[in-house]
Amino acid sequence: MTEQDILNGLATIVNEIAGVPVGDVTPTKSFIDDLDVDSLAMVEIATAAEDHFGVRIPDDDLKDLRTVGDAVAYIEKAGVAV
Amino acid sequence: MTLPSGARSTTGAPRTVVITGLGATTPLGGDLPSTWDALLAGRSGIGRLDEEWAADLPVRIAGQAAVDPQAQLDRVEARTLDRSQQFALVAAREAWRDAGLGADSVDPERLAVAVASGIGGILTLLAQYDVLRERGARRVSPHLVPMLMPNGPAATVGLELVARAGVHAPVSACASGAEAIALALDLLRAGRADVIVAGGAEAAITALPIAGFASMRALSTRDEPEAASRPYDKGRDGFVLSEGAATLVLETEEHARARGARIYAELIGAGITADSHHVAAPEPTGAGAARAMALAMKDAAITASDVVHVNAHATSTPLGDIAEAQAIRTALGNATDNACVTATKSCTGHLLGAAGALEAAVTVLALQNKTVPPVRNLDDPDDDVSLDVVRMTPRQLPRGVALSNSFGFGGHNVTLAFRSNS
Repeated sequence: MTEQDILNGLATIVNEIAGVPVGDVTPTKSFIDDLDVDSLAMVEIATAAEDHFGVRIPDDDLKDLRTVGDAVAYIEKAGVAV
Repeated sequence: MTLPSGARSTTGAPRTVVITGLGATTPLGGDLPSTWDALLAGRSGIGRLDEEWAADLPVRIAGQAAVDPQAQLDRVEARTLDRSQQFALVAAREAWRDAGLGADSVDPERLAVAVASGIGGILTLLAQYDVLRERGARRVSPHLVPMLMPNGPAATVGLELVARAGVHAPVSACASGAEAIALALDLLRAGRADVIVAGGAEAAITALPIAGFASMRALSTRDEPEAASRPYDKGRDGFVLSEGAATLVLETEEHARARGARIYAELIGAGITADSHHVAAPEPTGAGAARAMALAMKDAAITASDVVHVNAHATSTPLGDIAEAQAIRTALGNATDNACVTATKSCTGHLLGAAGALEAAVTVLALQNKTVPPVRNLDDPDDDVSLDVVRMTPRQLPRGVALSNSFGFGGHNVTLAFRSNS
């Protein structure tokens, strides 16, 4: 799975859960500050990403995923087997 | 009578509370005007439950909302709201618009909310319990708690309208919606807010609550949906479970007049009592209910002869309808025959925690339109009901005072008193 595939998959999830337009979900955007994703929606996005990408995102790691790019990199690294 | 200093308006007179906006979504229509038209026509909102989950239930009829609330809301907005919260939001938006209010129309610190639910977000609770069992704790939604809490609908409306003078959710089973309106009256009189959106919402049409009410033998088991809810009829055998919401915009008359609002009617009094007799059965003589009506009339500083109309709680249960009929006669005494009585649950079914709010809205419309909708399915009136019940066609109503009764499991009795707008 390429970085672009992960970004596309994540953008679909963020759109589904938080209503953010797919095109706005770009690597430099902060989930909370730029995309207006609240802490509950962030948990939902993480859970949906776990299911979609077949990875596990523990809470201790989730709190460090500030931007979309952070999440893409984390999923790429965690999901090497996928 | 001494009032706390806050209960006086700037002109020194006791605060008068008026209704300036109404909204509802019910089994009869997706808004209040369509619901009202259906009531006047005596239409039924009850249908068959054809869903698979209902296949083995002892009762397979209910009053499902005429319009799915998700169709009236933004998708992302709806997905973190329980169905009861969705109903509340739809009804509150209608009432707010109907009152001629927009964003920034009311100082948030002078705006309150009192929206009740009898049961809360039970559809969410049950669906997430399935998630817990099938997929484990980590897959339970982070929105579960705010969606299931019984103050959820109130919180949703408060967030929507930016209400900062307090957001309340009194819970008293099927009297909840009426108790929310009674609370709003107290808060407005006490000077704690200038405008309050008050009402109730309920969404509990699913297997477990139906099974529970059926086990109490509280539900009609009649297999003809549109004939099942029949208050005061000899053939009545229980209530029909329904869903939806209704809200009223209440405000001090001073605030309403200052902004040139249209006034539907006045809310002039409320009476709240408890039977403390049995958790579910009504006190057989209706003493607690009669006392609620008497207290509402006393609070309104009126006498029984001022009452021209009663919107009865009358759910179509064998015991409850009789106890209330006796209570009305006890409370109104010789003036009972001056008041025409209706039972709109014959058309809507029983919206539980939203019922009292919907019936309050309908009572206000009856006063404003000087017309009382008829009781449907009253083919063979019970001999023990000696009231002037409106049957077959709507009845013209003179100006005056109308009472709306709501009672709930737990022995809760609430009566609201409204007066035609002067």
